[in-house]
Amino acid sequence: MKTVYLDNNATTQVAPEVLEAMLPYFHEYYGNPSSMHSFGGQVARKIREAREQVAALLGASPDEIVFTSCGTESDNAAIRSALTIHPERRHIVTSRVEHPAVKSLCANLAGQGYRITELPVEKNGLLDMEQFVGSLTPDTAIVSLMWANNETGVIFPVEKAAELARERGILFHTDAVQSTGKIPINMRTNAIDMLSFSGHKLHAPKGIGVLYVRKGTRFSPFLIGGHQEKGRRGGTENTPSIIGLGSACELAARHLKTENTTVRRMRDKLETTLLAKIPNARVNGDSEQRLPNTTNISFEFVEGEGILLLMNEYGICASSGSACTSGSLQPSHVLRAMGVPFTMAHGSIRFSLSIFTTEEEIDFTIGKMPPIIERLRGMSPYWTSVAQACTSV
Amino acid sequence: MWEYTDKVKEHFLNPRNVGEVENPDGVAEVGSIACGDALKLSFKLDENKRIREAKFKTFGCASAIASSSALTEIIKGMTLEEAAKVSNRDIAAYLGGLPDEKMHCSVMGKEALEKAIENYQGAPATEPGAKIVCECFGVTDREIERAVRENSLTTVEEVTNYTKAGGGCGKCHDAIQQIIERVRAELKPVTIPKMTNIQKMKMIEEALEREIRPSLKHDGGDIELIDVVGNRVIVATRGACASCKTSNITLKNFVEVKLRDLVSPDLIIEEVAP
Repeated sequence: MKTVYLDNNATTQVAPEVLEAMLPYFHEYYGNPSSMHSFGGQVARKIREAREQVAALLGASPDEIVFTSCGTESDNAAIRSALTIHPERRHIVTSRVEHPAVKSLCANLAGQGYRITELPVEKNGLLDMEQFVGSLTPDTAIVSLMWANNETGVIFPVEKAAELARERGILFHTDAVQSTGKIPINMRTNAIDMLSFSGHKLHAPKGIGVLYVRKGTRFSPFLIGGHQEKGRRGGTENTPSIIGLGSACELAARHLKTENTTVRRMRDKLETTLLAKIPNARVNGDSEQRLPNTTNISFEFVEGEGILLLMNEYGICASSGSACTSGSLQPSHVLRAMGVPFTMAHGSIRFSLSIFTTEEEIDFTIGKMPPIIERLRGMSPYWTSVAQACTSV
Repeated sequence: MWEYTDKVKEHFLNPRNVGEVENPDGVAEVGSIACGDALKLSFKLDENKRIREAKFKTFGCASAIASSSALTEIIKGMTLEEAAKVSNRDIAAYLGGLPDEKMHCSVMGKEALEKAIENYQGAPATEPGAKIVCECFGVTDREIERAVRENSLTTVEEVTNYTKAGGGCGKCHDAIQQIIERVRAELKPVTIPKMTNIQKMKMIEEALEREIRPSLKHDGGDIELIDVVGNRVIVATRGACASCKTSNITLKNFVEVKLRDLVSPDLIIEEVAP
């Protein structure tokens, strides 16, 4: 059975040219870039090149790029650095819809006596900027807001927020794991001090991340060890992955337009057709301020895990914000923060496309979804009463 | 991805007995859409008062649907007395087991069955005197007690897996812990033989005479039973023991151990003031 992979916000395939760029650095050019000999030196040169490719995608300078092991490490490094730099400040501003990499860290820090403001979001998943400004205090050490939400794709106005933080002398970090490579990012024209992203969301392998640290921003390392990354992150470089990430960033820069034309068009087609064909369905998240590759659709009166497992029968991969799939007993914290009603939250499915998604895959999915939802609704005790109410009107 | 057995997958993909029985003899609806799963069960009896037809409608995940399907298959052909004895463990076992985090699906099946039978018998739909413990999922103390008792649960996490109680805000964790302790205390096997004080004294005196005094006398000491108050055994030391500085160690480590072993495990030795 062919796999129809519509779960690219979870992870992506390594692009063929990325894999090709990496392969020689496993067994052929395996030198340590820190070594004095030219066998290691040639790897160091290649890493420099990768750093330039990453910087180019972000509109940054190469020495502002710190390679890490993943997005979570970058998030942790950024927030902990700010707290170390400003030991007298005990307040962090973040949002209710952050990824666990930030959310759980903040919960942990709350246990250590830090005060955390988790900003609420509106029904469409957007921030209330007035409330944001009101949350900033002289005691605030750092603001950490995601650029785009992993579940809904909703984009926060982080550039505006970063300016407001800078005016008040507060460090600003953004978790840009979902937005990097999907929407234009230019660090030269914004006031963001630190930015995190991860390789495996843009066709590089898992296990490689980036922390952007603006020149002049004081930084205290998270991993203390050797002099690698100019003392900002100890540990021997993951050379094949760094080289792969460089290649992936170049690919992303080339395809940024594709994301916002071809991918967006396919996403819109999937979304509008499903909404037209399936009654009692709705999109979670703002329609304008949203990543071009993501749609989060709720199908009322059915439960997400069942939908996913029936989709799985056809090889279609996606995610759900239902309780049964979240590993807890409550639906996703993002949908709850947006006030999505329970009848809708449990039946939410996130489709996330990539530049490798094809029109046939979208058509195939459009064909399979209506009978899947109908089948589960046929078993749902709630759907019967809704259907009866509709026919009796 | 959850690890489901082939049987669970099969019952999810091809559920048996979906729907609602026409003119049912018993019907019940448990769970809620807020909780993430709900089950409507209906059944009809034949002329011999056996379940002829059982059908379900379920809102929930794959294991909730599979558990409902399994339940209807299990109870078909049973009398209501037999059906009342079906437990959540029977439903899980029928499916070749459920992941720990999904045991609440089988519990939901059991609850629906119980309520449907009550509905047939005209009994009240809600348990009298039951108190809501978990407000997030509307779980009562009775439901938690039963899950703990029937499945030998020992931790709050297990209770959450079986009943969902405590899976939301977490405010009720202490209350759940107390219920677990209460039920576990009730379940504790009674190992202490029930006997009268006279019988206890007799047994203690016999044990002293047969197993303890010979050793003490060997060292020129002796022991006398003064009284038994509940589980307190009050003794006086005699001879060499009376002047021995370490006699209390002998009492605790030797006499008490022996008496607990031979008479009752809850005994405590106390020495009368000289």
